[in-house]
Amino acid sequence: MTINEKQNQIIEEFSVFTEWIDKYEYLIELGKNLTIIDEKNKTEQNLIKGCQSRVWIDAEYVDGKIIYKADSDAIITKGIISLLISVMSERKPEEIINADLFFIEKTGLHENLSPTRANGLLAMVKQMKLYALAFENIQKNKL
Amino acid sequence: MIDAVNIRKDFSILNTTVYGKPLIYLDNAATAQKPECVIQTIDELYRTCNANIHRGVHFLSEQCTEKYEQSREKVRQFINAEKKSEIIFTSGTTGSINMVAASFGERFVSEGDEIIISEMEHHSNIVPWQLLCERKNAVIKVIPFDDKGVLRIDLLDSLITERTKIIALTHASNVLGTVNPIKEIITKAHLHNIPVLVDGAQAVPHGNVDVCDLDCDFYVFSGHKLYAPTGIGILYGKEKLLEQMPPYQGGGDMISTVTFEKTAYAQLPLKFEAGTLNFIDAIALGVAIDYINKTGRQNILNYENKLLDYATKRLASVEGLKIYGEASEKVAIVSFLLKNIHHLDTGMILDKQGIAVRTGTLCTEPLLTHFSKTGLVRASFAFYNTFDEIDALCEALEKISLMFK
Repeated sequence: MTINEKQNQIIEEFSVFTEWIDKYEYLIELGKNLTIIDEKNKTEQNLIKGCQSRVWIDAEYVDGKIIYKADSDAIITKGIISLLISVMSERKPEEIINADLFFIEKTGLHENLSPTRANGLLAMVKQMKLYALAFENIQKNKL
Repeated sequence: MIDAVNIRKDFSILNTTVYGKPLIYLDNAATAQKPECVIQTIDELYRTCNANIHRGVHFLSEQCTEKYEQSREKVRQFINAEKKSEIIFTSGTTGSINMVAASFGERFVSEGDEIIISEMEHHSNIVPWQLLCERKNAVIKVIPFDDKGVLRIDLLDSLITERTKIIALTHASNVLGTVNPIKEIITKAHLHNIPVLVDGAQAVPHGNVDVCDLDCDFYVFSGHKLYAPTGIGILYGKEKLLEQMPPYQGGGDMISTVTFEKTAYAQLPLKFEAGTLNFIDAIALGVAIDYINKTGRQNILNYENKLLDYATKRLASVEGLKIYGEASEKVAIVSFLLKNIHHLDTGMILDKQGIAVRTGTLCTEPLLTHFSKTGLVRASFAFYNTFDEIDALCEALEKISLMFK
């Protein structure tokens, strides 16, 4: 599935929710099931400090693809992280760098990623792309 | 007696709906809503009376100056200060504390001196003193509080030394709600000739404050938590101290004569009001005070105490909810956590129910460290809140509790 196909799938899933509370219930479920980062990797270096919730993110480069692992102390934040990972993880750096994350706006989750929100999610998206840029550079230097 | 249904008619913002739900505004400790008379005053002043104060000889300037000075008099009466010259308009509590820390500190604090604050202070009553201490190589000492959120004033004697230059304490905690025994502390401090600054940001909106009775040396508060506009606040200081302190900022209005060789400063209070002050909002602060007086400060206090009692009982009955701050005397603030649920999750879901609370560190990281927490949820009440709103909050919290099971 391409990044855009995955995003369309998420938008479809969210389209059944008419109430915010239902969206949050879904995010809480997703948050519970997120493959989390190893405890030992919850380092200061991997921490994105929002004012209110903390987000940790780590990335590995395996067979030309990036695998993200993350965690947060707030579960709704974790649910949104889970969506971001399902869209962005296990893809080539260039796909991630060029990704237009339209699902955020279409699912109504954009307000959770606005710069005024102190949950660290906006910084997380930035960090995911920075990892992709870094791995792409490493790859180029090897060639 | 307060009739909240009628009072709410004065606050049109309370009719707002958010996400299709009626707004339940429980973030009053962050900022209070403004009654119609305050909003109208600002509108009218800009339409009919806007001219810079103190300098002009023309009609509008004199009219505006008169209103500004009348407002100062209203503030004086409101906190029962002895003299009008002891009332200084500032930008707010933070501005007032920074002014004292810088100016009093410049004059009276030297290397090795000590400043006493408490463990429950808002960052704005910590950081200005730290800045001063960095400049002067002075030291901060801290009065702790116990697990109920009561200040350990039994430890005050052991903290006071001959190097103590000032004690800066909150009158009421913005998180725990605790009302501190300020008068007792001031009496004790004065035995050692130590002046006391009282942060009244959370106390002034909730009851009577009498600076003469307290005998405090400085009392500071914000307009915006007192139903007045943002950007205006008060520094009350005893004349004998203010006279000895150097001006905080230089500029227009705070001088009597200026030459390149030597400038003479204006008398109090203008010495501390450099530049064009926020005079429109200062006048509106006076109107907010009129509104509070008309409503009755004792009425407000009685009603808010009932809200607080009801909220405390109702919240305590929500399964897994723990309240932080159980002092016997509190202002209408209740901070809490639902068991194992992150404060941000609670706050985000409440928001979607139309309920506005505050979450996070609440500008009191040292206080949270006491409880080993990264954040709390805070509901804070004003006299326009209702018992139904407290029920709605508790029902929403019960629902959230179930969602996370």
